[in-house]
Amino acid sequence: MITTLLYSLTGMVLFGMGLFTLIVHSHPLRKILAVNVMATGVFLILVATAYIPFGKGAIDPVPHAMVLTGIVVSVSVTALALILACRLQETSNLDLRAKTKQSSNTKESGT
Amino acid sequence: MIFFTTETPAWIVAPVVLPLIAGLFCFLFSHRTFSIALIAALLNFLAVCFLTRQLILFGPMHCHMGGWQPPLGITLRTDGPAVLMLLMTAVTGLGITLYARGYFSHRMVTPVRSDRHRQQQRYFWPLWMLLLAGLNGLFLSNDIFNLYVTLEIVGISAASLAALSGKPASLLASFRYLLVSLLGSLTYLLGVVFLYRSCGVLDLDLVQNLAGDGVEVRAALALLSVGLMLKTALVPLHFWLPPAHANALAPISVILSALVVKGSFYLLFRFWFEVFASIVTSSALNFMGTLGAIAILWGAIQAIRQHRLKLMVAYSTISQLGYLFIAFPLARVAGNAQLWSIVIFMALAHAFAKSAMFMAAGSVYLHLGHDRIKDISGVRSSLPITVFAYGIAGVSLMGLPPSGAFIAKWMLLSSSLASAQWWWALVVMSGSLLAMIYVFRVMSRFFVIPAGLPPDTTEPLSPLMEWPSLVLALISLFLGLLAPWPLLILAEGSTSLAQVFPGGMP
Repeated sequence: MITTLLYSLTGMVLFGMGLFTLIVHSHPLRKILAVNVMATGVFLILVATAYIPFGKGAIDPVPHAMVLTGIVVSVSVTALALILACRLQETSNLDLRAKTKQSSNTKESGT
Repeated sequence: MIFFTTETPAWIVAPVVLPLIAGLFCFLFSHRTFSIALIAALLNFLAVCFLTRQLILFGPMHCHMGGWQPPLGITLRTDGPAVLMLLMTAVTGLGITLYARGYFSHRMVTPVRSDRHRQQQRYFWPLWMLLLAGLNGLFLSNDIFNLYVTLEIVGISAASLAALSGKPASLLASFRYLLVSLLGSLTYLLGVVFLYRSCGVLDLDLVQNLAGDGVEVRAALALLSVGLMLKTALVPLHFWLPPAHANALAPISVILSALVVKGSFYLLFRFWFEVFASIVTSSALNFMGTLGAIAILWGAIQAIRQHRLKLMVAYSTISQLGYLFIAFPLARVAGNAQLWSIVIFMALAHAFAKSAMFMAAGSVYLHLGHDRIKDISGVRSSLPITVFAYGIAGVSLMGLPPSGAFIAKWMLLSSSLASAQWWWALVVMSGSLLAMIYVFRVMSRFFVIPAGLPPDTTEPLSPLMEWPSLVLALISLFLGLLAPWPLLILAEGSTSLAQVFPGGMP
């Protein structure tokens, strides 16, 4: 019982930490990592739910199936979020470069 | 017609499987994407009609996937509300498929950036089919964890669709959209975990029977609700919606605004009034109603203040979603049956009207190359059908008779007055008034023809871009006249909904 509670509480703390980072920090990579930490927290609670002390009966397989599905979802979503963040970085860099180019051009024409 | 009278529930998988297969085929045969998608949308529509027919003949149905019974297996089921939402998705989906065809082929004609446009078209169809499969799964599924998976499918494909235009603004909006949708699903998943801990089952019917009044179940409901509210963009959690919806390509704005937000709302409503109906307190209902009222007023005021047409339509979505929540506090008086009919009518009317309006806005954007409201004068002469569709959709959003929204608002008004909660009626009426302001503000611009307008030299829009929007607008307008029919489906769907319209019929 104590084990389950301990792991569940750890999961809740992870969820809370992830949520805090997601809201407070603005860097895309940090946000993606924060979501991953949150997901890990939820999975930890799920695994803790299934825990049964050794020799006290069979382990409930349903939470494990849910965690596996959740991990698959989390991996694919992370991939999508990373590619979006990369593309965002590229386009904003391009914009920045175009802007600096433009400003230097106007400076040259001014002189 | 033996075909139409079989009682086998196996047909229930068709609306999920057909678009999924079509999505895969769209990836494989990238030069035949439109035909595949159109066939899938048509077959999906037929399958949903067939399910409706089955529902009317035999009542609600359950299909245990793979023959596994509920505690182990996953169940799909049809009932009145689910079938109506499926019909809404199928009809709007057909319109969107045709409109997207017109939109992409129009953009491919112009030689500028044709590579990028071809690529967008290539990725649009599989993602749209995936989203359709996810939505249909969401309406049909009866398993709380399977619902999480469908929510994720819808969220991922919607975020990828929103990013498709490739512009920095839409990339940023879709990145934020993806994070919000993830946050929503994770909160939902945490709710599922809590529920599983206290009940040990995932099937919704079993949950309904086993969920007691415990703290854990209440916490689970709160988490599920917050997750779904985030995805439905109820007011304090709406910040992500306008940029994501307004910066997407036109057919994608339609999908996001008309269909995607309805999916999570439908789930939320089912949880509150079916699965956990016994533990919902009146203060919680009043809280949701208050948020809905704020959404109606705030969304409409923001819509009036916008300078861009698509942003205005996106804010109008926030306002219209508020009407769905303002029905919550009337549950105790109106009874479940009337509540379902208010909400389903509102959702249907909004889906058709908003898709017509976003299609019109997209056509105007494509025609002029911008959507600044102060510069759209004179569109009336070049896009008469689009402007007509916009007007009719506007009438439906305002809730004038005979639109479907009128019936829903009438029922809202009568039940709020009958229960002596007149303040909700006041909000509903002022919401309609504000809707009138933001609709007519644009409408009047359409009709002004400035003196020095140069002759129209742009490529005429394909009829595929104009007619679907008009047809959808007309459906939403005449939904009020067809009212008995959806109510029949709703009543057939559930034995608990036998008494529809206990007074208050317009």
